[in-house]
Amino acid sequence: MFNKKPLCRSLAALSLGVAAGSTFAGPTLDAIKQRGTLVCGVHTGLTGFSAPDKSGKYAGIDVDYCKALAAAILGSPDKVKYVPLTAQQRFTALQSGEIDLLSRNTTWNSKRDTTMGSVFPGVWFYDGQAFVINSKKNPKVKKLADLNKASICVETGTTTERNMADYARANKLTFKPVVFEGQEATEKAFQSGRCDAYTTDSSGIAAMLVNLPNKGDYTVLPEIISKEPLAPMLRRNDQEFFAIARWMIYALQQAEESGVTQANVLRMKAESKDPAVQRLTGATAEVGKGLGLDAEWAVRALQAVGNYGESYERNIKPLGLVRGMNALWNKGGLMYPMPLD
Amino acid sequence: MNAPASSHRPFVARRLDWLRENLFSTPLNALITLVTLALLLWLGSRFVSWALLHAVWGRADVATCNALFGQGACWAVVADKWRHMLFGIYPQDEQWRSALAVVIFCGIMVFSAMRAFWHVWRLLALWLSGSLLCAWLLAGGLGLTPVPTALWGGLPITLMLAVFGTLFAFPLGILLALGRRSALPIIRAASIIYIELVRGVPLITVLFMASIMFALFLPEGVSFDKLLRAQVAIILFNAAYIAEIVRAGLQALPRGQYEAADALGLGYWQTQLLVILPQALKITIPAQVNSFIDNFKDTSLVIIVSIFDFLYAVRQAVISDLDWRHYFVEGYLFAMAVYWLFCYAMSHYSQWLEKHLSRDHRL
Amino acid sequence: MCSSERFRNIVYQLALLSLIGALMGYAAYNLVHNLESRAIAIGFSYLGQEAGFDISEMLIVYEPKHSYARAFIVGLLNTLFVSLVAIVAASLLGLIVGIGRLSPNWLLRKLAGAYVETVRNVPLILQLLLWYGVLTELLPPVAEAIVLGPAYLSQRGISLPWPTAHAGWWAALLGLLLAALLAFLWARAAKRRRDLAGRAPAVLWPSLAAGVLLPLAGWAVFGAPSEFSTPTMAGFDFEGGKTVSPEFIALFLGLSIYTAAFIAEIVRGGILSVSRGQSDAAEALGLSRGQRLRLVILPQALRVMIPPLTSQYLNLTKNSSLAVAIGYPDLVSVSNTTLNQTGQAIEAITLMMAVYLAVSLAISGLMNWYNHRVRLVER
Repeated sequence: MFNKKPLCRSLAALSLGVAAGSTFAGPTLDAIKQRGTLVCGVHTGLTGFSAPDKSGKYAGIDVDYCKALAAAILGSPDKVKYVPLTAQQRFTALQSGEIDLLSRNTTWNSKRDTTMGSVFPGVWFYDGQAFVINSKKNPKVKKLADLNKASICVETGTTTERNMADYARANKLTFKPVVFEGQEATEKAFQSGRCDAYTTDSSGIAAMLVNLPNKGDYTVLPEIISKEPLAPMLRRNDQEFFAIARWMIYALQQAEESGVTQANVLRMKAESKDPAVQRLTGATAEVGKGLGLDAEWAVRALQAVGNYGESYERNIKPLGLVRGMNALWNKGGLMYPMPLD
Repeated sequence: MNAPASSHRPFVARRLDWLRENLFSTPLNALITLVTLALLLWLGSRFVSWALLHAVWGRADVATCNALFGQGACWAVVADKWRHMLFGIYPQDEQWRSALAVVIFCGIMVFSAMRAFWHVWRLLALWLSGSLLCAWLLAGGLGLTPVPTALWGGLPITLMLAVFGTLFAFPLGILLALGRRSALPIIRAASIIYIELVRGVPLITVLFMASIMFALFLPEGVSFDKLLRAQVAIILFNAAYIAEIVRAGLQALPRGQYEAADALGLGYWQTQLLVILPQALKITIPAQVNSFIDNFKDTSLVIIVSIFDFLYAVRQAVISDLDWRHYFVEGYLFAMAVYWLFCYAMSHYSQWLEKHLSRDHRL
Repeated sequence: MCSSERFRNIVYQLALLSLIGALMGYAAYNLVHNLESRAIAIGFSYLGQEAGFDISEMLIVYEPKHSYARAFIVGLLNTLFVSLVAIVAASLLGLIVGIGRLSPNWLLRKLAGAYVETVRNVPLILQLLLWYGVLTELLPPVAEAIVLGPAYLSQRGISLPWPTAHAGWWAALLGLLLAALLAFLWARAAKRRRDLAGRAPAVLWPSLAAGVLLPLAGWAVFGAPSEFSTPTMAGFDFEGGKTVSPEFIALFLGLSIYTAAFIAEIVRGGILSVSRGQSDAAEALGLSRGQRLRLVILPQALRVMIPPLTSQYLNLTKNSSLAVAIGYPDLVSVSNTTLNQTGQAIEAITLMMAVYLAVSLAISGLMNWYNHRVRLVER
């Protein structure tokens, strides 16, 4: 049969002005299953996290997380609808139910956890706010204090604006912020020389630099002025979905710890005698059942995007960022998957 | 003012007369002419040398442009990126659909400009069928590969926002205009409040409301597509402006029309639909065209809520590609040219119409 | 029959009222339900909290330790300031271009026409992006600023020498205001004299003299300060003097150039609406073209021009919200930051819309009052 759905939807929507998109009753997970797609809010374009490639397909570590969830819940990593969101749109998009989950390098803090009706299942990427300067134009700037009285480009709608002001007050410095809407405009203003420095999460700076032809001209200052635990964000009304989202993070990290990869996951499932691997791949224990899924949930996710380390290698490594805090706990990092049992 | 042209005088003398008349009639005038001419020559020659003479035309690589940076325009950026600029990230294999949608939208506008189509049913049929066809082409289904709205982009979106934004705003605008002139106090008050409220705030805030806060007013779980919300915001916004234009048309009609309709024993809706509105709408056609132009230009504001219209696509195509990033002026000039072409054609049509219609009136 | 019609009318109105009520009630119910079920806090109490972010341009003192309410006012003042300056510039430019379109000089006429046709057919936001791009990308970096006498032009904007705060400067400013007031009163008195006696004392020269002498007197009396703070390159930027940011310049240029094209058309229409006989009669009285324009045509054209001018002024003010696209900290930009930091989307957007509405109503009220005044003079 023809696929009539999109057309009918847009027609109904456009001609009558009634609700298009999806209608669901009850908690998020039911809706996802009923609809057959996971609606994932992502960044409009941040290399390494989520950005459309030339053919319009989204790719990045935040996108991988959506794909893994879709593979686990719906059986295919392609059953995701991506909704690109700006920094201001993201929270109400989640609150209103327009998206099922926000996977858009969002900092986990107490305000967002308590007053916005949302929860964070776990940290997907540890980051921190840094400053980058053009060392050719400002060869004397070696540390943040040297930037006293400088103009600094910053994107609106992020925690960065406030972090910067806090740091300046604490250290008796003056920064002149120039605030832009959207990261593209902010980066462009910085590169044009409108500002002396640009501040954002260090991953964002790396993502900008990797694309620059003259990246040798730029220097990232040593200070990291904030903690930015970037995490997926969910509505608070669905414990089942929350559990899946949380254990997806741990499963992908556990896979890395146990050496299970995209390529060897099926063989490991059949052959491995390691109990951790057996539980992960659903060979023995019933982690999947506890989550309301089948035993193969993690296998499908791993087949779709590989383990956490693979996703990192594929998306973040090209930015020139080392694993650092994002390495596993036994490799000197902070990623500590809770045991699957 | 013009001296009677004497046709038997030699051509050169006539030219000289014209010059004296139009450019050098007084010393002040001569000075103005010379100063303007100098300014024009200076700016014009610089622009021509940059945009035409030293420009890089056709497909060329960035190095060629970089070598000429500052001296000549790099139109190669448009040659290289035109698909991205016009159609955004719509899947490349399916971009013929976007192109066809643009053609159909333009067709709607061209046909609406023809007087043969100036009948309610013909116009309605034209706009509805054209719009539906475009919606199908863009969305897919019924034999075409479905394309989610998140991938729609470029010129079709701009045209869609403008065309749908007028099509659906029109009936609402008429109702509001009638409401504003109604004798019933509550209906009048409601219309006035709506119209003045909407006209008092910038479109951006309405778009913000639609894209950020609107979803919270819907029951749990019901959600609209982002693009659709922006479209609805534009429709509701336009309706207030259209209402004011229609109201002006209603006011321009002589009272006799109402009295005649009354005398015929027509009821309120019969009077409005059969007698008043056809005349009132006809008077306001030029104003409606102007409002359509404004609406067309205003659709570019959706860039602020990151909807992928033509301007967004142009900006993204140039800025997101670091090789071409320095050639944003060329990209913006290309966008300007496209917008200008549409608006200029429409505004000239509206001016022509104004003359044409006022001549009709005299007959 | 009449009563049945009245009854029907009442039913219609009640139906509309209940429809509106139902819609609003439904929306309110959903809102309350949504907020409650997702534990979203609502209320305006955030306005009193410490804002914590910095703003680059302000007319009143503001620091991150001040409240969100104060940040909001800073944004509002920025919006009002740029709108006011742009309205003045757009009116002047529009007047010149509009008169230029009717000039006997062919070249000037065509040039003015080309300006109008180009500018008004391109979306404002595109023009703003272009201006901003040109200012920040094509001008030299601050270290290699173009020197314009005592001022410097670079991609960081224009840095001008600026008088250091001193009572003398304020006195001069006061003198200027006083001169404007006196000139206004004098012009009125002169007009009354002309109406009564047929001859009027000169207005222009005394006014200009007052405009120069009074500020000078004020300046001299209060110690004749001559101290200027001049911009000097220090560290990253010019220090001292006054720096006008490229964001402001781009917004100012974009708004005034765009709106001027529309005002020019209004001026042209206004002038054309004055019947030809007026101009001929004035010419027969021996008035020059400039005098005809200033004394006979423009005052009459003004009456036709004011309603459409009002709507252009309103448009300009509303269009200043596009500042957010180029990073000028206007009302929308500050509200956006507030919204992001506090998550209070509903409150921030409602407040922003309410303020725009109030500003719009104030401007149209002011212009209506002026319109009324101009009409009263009619005989």
